[in-house]
Amino acid sequence: MATRIDVTGLTAYYGKFKAVADVNLTIEPKNVTAFIGPSGCGKSTVLRTLNRMHEVLPGARVEGKVLLDGEDLYGAGTDPVNVRRTVGMVFQRPNPFPTMSIYENVIAGLKLNGVRKKALLDERVEESLRGANLWEEVKDRLGRPGAGLSGGQQQRLCIARAIAVEPQVLLMDEPCSALDPISTLAIEDLITKLKSSFTIVIVTHNMQQASRVSDTTAFFSLEKTGDPGRLVEFDKTSKIFTNPTEKRTEDYVSGRFG
Amino acid sequence: MTTEPDRSAGAAEQRGAATATAPPEDPPPADRPAVASAGRPKVGMADLIFKNLTRTAGLGLLALIVVIAVFLVLHATDALSANTGNFLTTEEWSPNASPPKFGVAATLYGTVVSAAVAMIIAVPVAVGIALFITVYAPRQLSSFLGYIVDLLAAVPSVVYGLWGLLVLAPHMKGIQLWLNDYFGWIPLFDADSVGRSLFVASVVLAIMILPIVAALSREVFLQVPIAHREAALALGATRWEMIRVAVLPYGKPGVISASMLGLGRAMGETIAVALVLPASFDISAHILEPAGNTIAANVANGWGEANEIGRGALIASGLVLFVVTMIVNIIARAIVARRREFSGSAA
Repeated sequence: MATRIDVTGLTAYYGKFKAVADVNLTIEPKNVTAFIGPSGCGKSTVLRTLNRMHEVLPGARVEGKVLLDGEDLYGAGTDPVNVRRTVGMVFQRPNPFPTMSIYENVIAGLKLNGVRKKALLDERVEESLRGANLWEEVKDRLGRPGAGLSGGQQQRLCIARAIAVEPQVLLMDEPCSALDPISTLAIEDLITKLKSSFTIVIVTHNMQQASRVSDTTAFFSLEKTGDPGRLVEFDKTSKIFTNPTEKRTEDYVSGRFG
Repeated sequence: MTTEPDRSAGAAEQRGAATATAPPEDPPPADRPAVASAGRPKVGMADLIFKNLTRTAGLGLLALIVVIAVFLVLHATDALSANTGNFLTTEEWSPNASPPKFGVAATLYGTVVSAAVAMIIAVPVAVGIALFITVYAPRQLSSFLGYIVDLLAAVPSVVYGLWGLLVLAPHMKGIQLWLNDYFGWIPLFDADSVGRSLFVASVVLAIMILPIVAALSREVFLQVPIAHREAALALGATRWEMIRVAVLPYGKPGVISASMLGLGRAMGETIAVALVLPASFDISAHILEPAGNTIAANVANGWGEANEIGRGALIASGLVLFVVTMIVNIIARAIVARRREFSGSAA
């Protein structure tokens, strides 16, 4: 189920602005990879290139290669819609569909794939909600609006929605930045659990979080505002946080950035 | 006559209520009232003035509706008591004869049918325009088109009505014949002859309400949070699927409200319809045949030559239009409110 991602020579633009330049990295399957770095360094941009969500924004484009188990996501014949069914995403702010119930939210992706059988849908709803550690909290009110849950529950609902379509990779764009510490802990536990089934890439501003949940860490930075962000160092999380090769990485993880 | 008084009354009321229940800023503690209130006298005063202004506006609108209703009833009673026919079921309209005999059945039928057909034509097109502008069009084209649609919506609808009447209506014969040829087996499109029919009036009405419904729908679809659109796309939705999953459900209450504004305009439209229809008083399911009349058109046609009973009769028909508009609005609001907790306002 889980997949390896090879990024080579990746450069992403917003119109004429080069947001991030020449990124090369390899994400191992069934691993949690954290993207860290100061604001504007392009870590979220790189994340969004991994399921072709970057190009959704007007004027945004990508150069370079992203290989998913050897297959180029930006190849001529590749449909971004199919890419997004293989590479799921969880956003910074919980965004369950407000017009749908909890149940409908979870099956939204399945319905797009044409799954109609009630029994199968029921099964996948329970499976996904259990997978997202939310089942016990909502099993008695699946028909209630998804937007009525607490922020942390909503984010777990979004994770359930993303894993319901059984993607191979799960991208998380600062999934805890809008959540309180307890909800954050719940999501972090969940990430550790999901790692056994999915390749996970998480963008985070919280370095403790990166060191807690990830196996590998990519540190991005930029020289000055207006310059494109670059990948500074990419290594095992333990090494990045204890004995980084680059001076800039050390300054950042020890809080002496600036 | 449109939905506007009703809606704005509600809004003003809510605003009034919100102001009334909002806690005053920094309520002065009891032990040092003089200092606290002397420190910020202007805030309390401004609050009070604003509260009363909004309350007056809200109550004023409600009062206006009541006054209109009372006016209509008062002026209609004489005519209604002199009427020898049943006001609601009689198709004939001879209020100036003696004895007077009149009823709204035919004009009410024409009003409802022409407005309904106009909605069926205009709303899907308007929603399509709005979706194209907000979802499909490239950014620059989108803002340009948005500007154009807003501009068009600001033009009085009678201008489109006249265009429809002078330019389009003469060319409607072919379409009507085509509908009759291929869909004549549906009683609706069955006709002995085609001409200045309810259908033509509906098309003209559709053109008149199209810009306002499109402009308001565009506004509604623009409000769909990017987060919801991205959520759908990230699940592997195509653009159309994204519209179906995220944009349309979120925009539905707004589109219904926009349609109601359009419907109000269509039902109240006078001159354009009066010029199209032959002003015959009969109820016929064959909407392609040259026949029909609407309440508003009948008022415009009949007011000048009406005697006192005749005017009373026209006012009574206006009252019916007033009530029908209200009923339609209440139904629309009920539809919107049915799934309020799923409306997205909770998010």
